[in-house]
Amino acid sequence: MTQRFDWPAHLVLLLGVALFILPIWLVLAGSTLDPAAISRGELSLIPRLAGLSVYPSVLSDGAFGAQPVWHMLMISFGMALAIAIGKIVISILSAYAITFFRFPFRMTAFWIIFITLMLPVEVRIIPTYSVMSDLDLINTFPGLTVPLIASATATLLFRQTFLAIPDELVEAARMDGAGPWRFLKDILIPVSSANLAALFVILFVYGWNQYLWPLLVATDPHLDTIVIGIVKMIGTETQTEWNRVMATAVLALLPPVAVVVLMQRWFVKGLTEGDK
Amino acid sequence: MERRTIFPGWRLPVLLVLPQLLLTVFFFLWPAGQAIWSSMTRTDAFGLHTEFVGLENFSDLFSDPLYIDTIGRTLVFCASVAALSMGVALVLAVCADRELRGRNWYRILLIWPYAIAPAVAAVLWLLLLHPQIGLVGRWLNRMGVAWDYKLNGVQAMLMVIVASAWKQVSYNFIFFLAGLQSIPRSVVEAARMDGAKGWFRFRTVVLPLLVPTVFFLLVVNLVYAAFDTFGTIQALTQGGPGKATETLVVKVYRDGIVNLDIGSSSAQSVVLMAGVIVLTALQFRFLGRRSSE
Repeated sequence: MTQRFDWPAHLVLLLGVALFILPIWLVLAGSTLDPAAISRGELSLIPRLAGLSVYPSVLSDGAFGAQPVWHMLMISFGMALAIAIGKIVISILSAYAITFFRFPFRMTAFWIIFITLMLPVEVRIIPTYSVMSDLDLINTFPGLTVPLIASATATLLFRQTFLAIPDELVEAARMDGAGPWRFLKDILIPVSSANLAALFVILFVYGWNQYLWPLLVATDPHLDTIVIGIVKMIGTETQTEWNRVMATAVLALLPPVAVVVLMQRWFVKGLTEGDK
Repeated sequence: MERRTIFPGWRLPVLLVLPQLLLTVFFFLWPAGQAIWSSMTRTDAFGLHTEFVGLENFSDLFSDPLYIDTIGRTLVFCASVAALSMGVALVLAVCADRELRGRNWYRILLIWPYAIAPAVAAVLWLLLLHPQIGLVGRWLNRMGVAWDYKLNGVQAMLMVIVASAWKQVSYNFIFFLAGLQSIPRSVVEAARMDGAKGWFRFRTVVLPLLVPTVFFLLVVNLVYAAFDTFGTIQALTQGGPGKATETLVVKVYRDGIVNLDIGSSSAQSVVLMAGVIVLTALQFRFLGRRSSE
């Protein structure tokens, strides 16, 4: 095959990359500008180094109408980690039970879990809210995280991985006297480590990016996540300090983007090989 | 498929499956049941009296021209978001699948936007398209387009479509690229030998092999556009101006949480549930086909 410079393909890809980088760059540069200049519409693509001081300032003080950004970042971190780890743990356990044991109502349990796929929060806004208030979970951190921990996707993914483990391996482990716990710890978890990494990325991003759920169950500003906070900031438009809003947007973006970029390889494999 | 080798006993597995079952029952089945129940009741204006009205909320809903409008609007919105984000992603994936220098860099640079929250994507586009401070918004106004999405419903709709589609391109790109890479090189080479050129080769050889991926992504994108864009729309327009960008989910939220019309909001929830069930069933059909190939 002849290797020549495929300039149309490069051009299209560069345009695609620019489509994503440019808005972010604009916000990054804008965050360092003088707020009065932004309000007059004098946005520039060249950052002003002196303006970087806006970052420590929003971290500790926030912007008008919102909590300090560091606090919202902590809530988001807590929420994303609790959801990612919680989902992985309960999904591994239930997939293990369903795949490697026989117990009464096993298939019923499987179908009950499966049904959750069809009930996203968005279709049951009001009743979920009333259940949450019956359980006294409104405006609590567990309320923010625990209900999102149940999900069928992770369970189905682990079940698939477990089903693909050869029977010989299971036999051998049992001959060596491995009980159910040791089998789980020494064989199943190492075998599914690639899945674990991919799921962690997907679920961390899922948890970090939640908007409707925290909006419903956490009206107390002390539980504002960074995503809720940034939307609140643009809502108070009359006195918006745009440079602070832009700095907050950058800080809201960075953590999940960093997780995806750093764990890119596992993430892409896990996403396309599992169901979604 | 079932495993042949298993562990004995039933107490341990019941204990293992219990946490997930409890969460599912409390936070999924119970609320869903309540939604169905309250979709068949009506509460008076003072919240004192609740009576069972059967399917009346549903017949009210479907005879309400505003609700029918919202269904139509949601369909237009979903179809536009799916078409735009899948189209752009496919073009990018076809280019990134070639033997290019630096293609791993292109991939990383096109994959990371997966991590952007829908609501944050909305903020980025607001900062671009704001009529007073946004770079693009100001430019449009200078060019003589009276750009103000807060007043003009069509412009508001365009804006939420673009912001929602933009965020979804990476996801589609990842799947299209994986789909293209799973097509054996030998097939494409054979077509090349037979003299099939560029577009013709793509249309007759590559595209048919990509059909399962296209269907899978179509369902995923429709679900995304229908449900996950609540944050985008809420941040940009709150469904306005008027009802110009009010999708079905935004309407459930407005009617239930803002206007406290529980009966109608629950009936709308039940309609949406039916929608998700159909889409999920479709997805599993195509997914099943995908994995068996």
